[in-house]
Parts: sequence; C-alpha cells; structure tokens
Amino acid sequence: MLKFENVCKRYPLTGDVLRGVSFHLQRGEIAFLTGHSGAGKSTLLKLIALMERCNSGEIWLDGQKLSHVKDSQIPYLRRKMGFIFQDYKLLHDHTIFQNVALPLVIAGYGHQETTRKVRAILDKVGLAGKEHKLPLALSGGEQQRVGIARAVVNKPPIIIADEPTGNLDPELSEEIMRLFEDFQQVGVTVLVASHDIALIERMRHRVLKLERGQLFSV
Amino acid sequence: MRSKKRRQAQEVKMPRQAKRIRQEGRQNRVAGGGVKDKLIIYKDLHIRAWYSSLLRLGKTPFASAITIAVLAISIALAGSFQLLLINFQQLAGNLETSAPISLFLRENINENRAQILADSLRKNPTIESVQVISKEQGRALFKTFGSFGAAIDMLDENPLPVALEIMPKNTLHDNGQIATLVNTLKQRQEVDYVRMDMEWLQRLQAMMAVAHRLFAVINALLGFAVLFITGNTIRLELNSRQEEIMITKLVGATNSFIATPFVYTGFWIGFFAGVLARIIVALLLVPLSGPVEELSAHYNSNFHLLSLSIAESIKLIFMSALLGMLGSCLVLFNQLQKTNPQ
Ligand SMILES: Nc1ncnc2c1ncn2[C@@H]1O[C@H](COP(=O)(O)OP(=O)(O)OP(=O)(O)O)[C@@H](O)[C@H]1O
Ligand SMILES: [Mg+2]
Repeated sequence: MLKFENVCKRYPLTGDVLRGVSFHLQRGEIAFLTGHSGAGKSTLLKLIALMERCNSGEIWLDGQKLSHVKDSQIPYLRRKMGFIFQDYKLLHDHTIFQNVALPLVIAGYGHQETTRKVRAILDKVGLAGKEHKLPLALSGGEQQRVGIARAVVNKPPIIIADEPTGNLDPELSEEIMRLFEDFQQVGVTVLVASHDIALIERMRHRVLKLERGQLFSV
Repeated sequence: MRSKKRRQAQEVKMPRQAKRIRQEGRQNRVAGGGVKDKLIIYKDLHIRAWYSSLLRLGKTPFASAITIAVLAISIALAGSFQLLLINFQQLAGNLETSAPISLFLRENINENRAQILADSLRKNPTIESVQVISKEQGRALFKTFGSFGAAIDMLDENPLPVALEIMPKNTLHDNGQIATLVNTLKQRQEVDYVRMDMEWLQRLQAMMAVAHRLFAVINALLGFAVLFITGNTIRLELNSRQEEIMITKLVGATNSFIATPFVYTGFWIGFFAGVLARIIVALLLVPLSGPVEELSAHYNSNFHLLSLSIAESIKLIFMSALLGMLGSCLVLFNQLQKTNPQ
C-alpha cells in the first residue's frame, strides 16, 4: 500500500532531515511513526501528501510512483488519502456538516449522496446532531473527531495523521485510536505520527522510530 | 463502547467493501473523466460558486460597497465621456445641416427666372427654405462689409448676380447627403457657382475625430483601472483566506475548484459596479437636461440631451462584469500557483 525506498529529504537551511528511509505498510495495517521533536515525522508525512517532494529515493502509494505524479495530478491523488492534523485545520466559518462534506463536494458528489455520507460518518464518530454547529462551539476532542470524519468520509484507502492526539487527554486519545482501529478493520491503512509514548505502548501496534534521519522498527 | 463499535464495524464489513469498490469506480470517473460526469460536476461547481460568491460579498457589506463604489465611479466616468460624445455628435450633425448654401446664378438670369428656379427648388424634399436675393439686396449686403463694401458704389453698374440662399432640412445628418444636394444644385444650368462654408465643417469633423480618439484612450485607461481594482480586491480576499485555501487543497481541491468562486466574485463586483455606474450617469443628466432644453429652444434647434440607449447600457454593464472577471483571473492564476500547502 505504502512503500518508502531509500528516501532522502534535505531542506536548504536545515540540511538533511531524512537519510535513506525505507519501510513498507501493507493494506489494512496500522503503524505509529515516532521520534523526538524535530526528528522529521511531519516531513515524512508531507512527502506522502506531496506537500514536499523528496530529493532522492522513491515512494509508492497504491502502486503509483509519487515522483511520477505531475503537479496537476496531485489533487486527485490527495483524494485517495485522509489527512488528520494536530490543530484539526477546520474551516471556522463553515458548519460541522460543511466541513465534513468538503471532500465530497470537491470530488463532485451530488447533494443527496453527500448528505447521506456525512450523516453516516458523523454518526460513527459520535457527533450526530451537531451538524449545524460551528467548529469553535465544540470541545477539542469533538473538533478532532470532525477532522477525522472529514478525513475518512470519502473512504480513502489510507489515513495519515500528524499528532492526532496531541491536544487530548489520555482517555480521548485512546478513543480516537479505537476509531482508527475500526477503519483498519475494513482494510484502511493508517499511519500515525505521535510522540505520546504511553499511548503507543498501550495500543501495541507496529512502531517506526525516526532517529537522526533514519528509521528503526521497534 | 469499544466492543460495540467493533461489532458494528464487523457487521457492516462485507457490504462496505462492496460499496468501496463501487465507489472507487466512481472516484476514478470523477478524477479521470467521463465527459458527461465532468459536465455535471462543472455545472454544480459553477452554480455553487455563482451564489456562494454573492453571499460572501453580502457578508462584508461595507468593504464590498466601497470597492463597488470606487469601480462604479471609474466606469461612470467612461460612461459620461461616451454620453458627451453622443451629444456632441448630435450637436455637430445639427450644425452641419444648419449652414446655408449660397447659389450665385449666371449673369443673364434675371429675378423672374430666379423666382421660378426657387419655386422648383422648394419642391425638393431635402430643402427647408429658399430665399431669393436680388441684385439690389446683394448690393446692400455687400455694403455692410465695411470700407471694402463701399467700393461697390464707385462702379457704374451693379456687378453682382442674383443669388439664392438655401437652407437644407436639418433632418440631413451626414455630410454625404449635404454633398449630394450641393451636387444636384451645381448641375442646374442657371447656376454659376455654389458656395458653402465647408471649412468650419471640416474643422468640426477633425475635432470630432480627436474626441473619438481621446475617448478611446480614456476608456482604455479606465478599463485598466477597473481590471487592477478588482484584481487587487481579489488578491486581498485570497490573502485573508490563505488558511482555507490550504485546507481545501489538502482535501484534494484543484486550482480551478478554488479559483471559480473568486472569478464569480470578480463578476459580481463588476456587474454591480456597472449597474451603479449606469445609475450615476442617469443622475448626472438630471441637472443638465433643463438648461440644455432651454438653450436648444432659444436657438430653434431640435437638439435634445440624449442618454445612453438600452443597448449601450447593457454593453456598459457587460464590459464591467467582464473586466471584473478578467481582473480576478489575472491575480488568481499567479497567486494560486504559489499557494502550496506547507
Ligand atoms: N519548510 C522547512 N524548511 C526548512 N526546514 C524545515 C522545514 N520544515 C521542517 N524543517 C526542519 O526539518 C526538521 C524536521 O521537522 P519536522 O517538522 O518534520 O519534525 P517533527 O518530527 O514533525 O517534529 P515535531 O514532533 O516537533 O512535530 C526540523 O529540524 C525543522 O527545522
Ligand atoms: Mg511534526
């Protein structure tokens, strides 16, 4: 599903961030990406999202070489991924419904289908009945669940989360991880960057550790 | 809670997978392209952008009103120049036809034959009036030309021919018609020489040509102003919505998906500015029309202050809406390339 082969990334000012990173995630696998602050976790995820391009090496997503993806094709590739962010990145002047519906609107779904899908996913993340609220009227945990709902509403085969539990208490963090496990159950691949060691230990999933630009399996 | 969710997930596992396969099919269609699907998506996107951009303008009424007012003033300026030109042209047409034509008859033509000629000319539908000027009247006229006029008294015989003064109808609007009339007059055998004061007419025409040129230049400048003002408005709007654009890009929006509402914003700004400009031009005429009609009555002329016609008004509004859209496209295409999610 997702394969890194000898990937290197260097920023002009910072220097090498990733030096020859290789790993392979199967379809329906969950993995944590960990490492100290500044180790390059976010950078690695940005390479998958094509927010950055790698300097050398190759990344395969669903059998597709990312280095061969043209800029004009990036939007279509991103529709196959669900991104979740530590700071949620919700649109604050849009309702919860509109936020979650955004990927469907972009992909060109009709009104009825969009409504049905959004209702279903909001129900699944436990936010039914809050469709018409604005994000700021929700708690942090609820906003994060809106972010998750938006990431998965279009049923992407892969979910990429950057510190999704960074702002949440342990109980909420675990609940969100359970949601990821539910998606994994139906064949979705999940990659979660986190430095919440306690959570990682509790969840007992595959762990990829970044250290000095290199990746170690734990 | 956990086990319940698990169970739910497992229960729906099979149909879900089937659904996903179907859905991937649809996604590919959406992404890659059945023409019909694309057209439907296009239509939805445009309808949505069309009214969402209107709603957005309404959300910041004060800022929108200021932008539209500034644009409207520029466009109204262009509109008033056009109005000026239209009326100037009408006036020039009136003046052209109000110049008299003098016919000097051959020496052997006496006043009686001149009278007969005048009667026949009065039947010409392009002639308003014909006046016979006898040799004596001619002499009296000549004398009014100052000291040079007095010279005529030194001659034994009156050397002046009988003349006719012809006023063309002022329904004649262009020079061609006047020229035709002058030609037919020249061909009469009684006529020795036709004189019309063409020089000032030519001067007037040269002035009109300059006015037209000036109008084109001013219009182009004002068009650029409209382009840049809308462009700048859209640029500010883009900047204040950076975050939203980034997020939208991250969930798979193409540049054209993001750009479309902004192009419509440009359209609306231009459209409303055009309508407002048309109203301003109409209001400008209100204080002018009274005095102008009075002046026109004094000169016995059929000059009336003209306003922009419906076609000209539609053109004005259409052009400003078009410029608004162009202005936003100009900015969007170089800004959106730069905005990459980080
Ligand atoms: N756009 C950029 N330009 C230059 N250097 C960058 C850029 N983005 C990140 N870096 C550098 O790359 C290194 C890795 O950053 P990254 O954000 O990937 O770390 P991280 O593992 O996500 O850290 P954290 O746990 O704090 O989020 C850092 O040293 C950072 O300074
Ligand atoms: Mg990070």
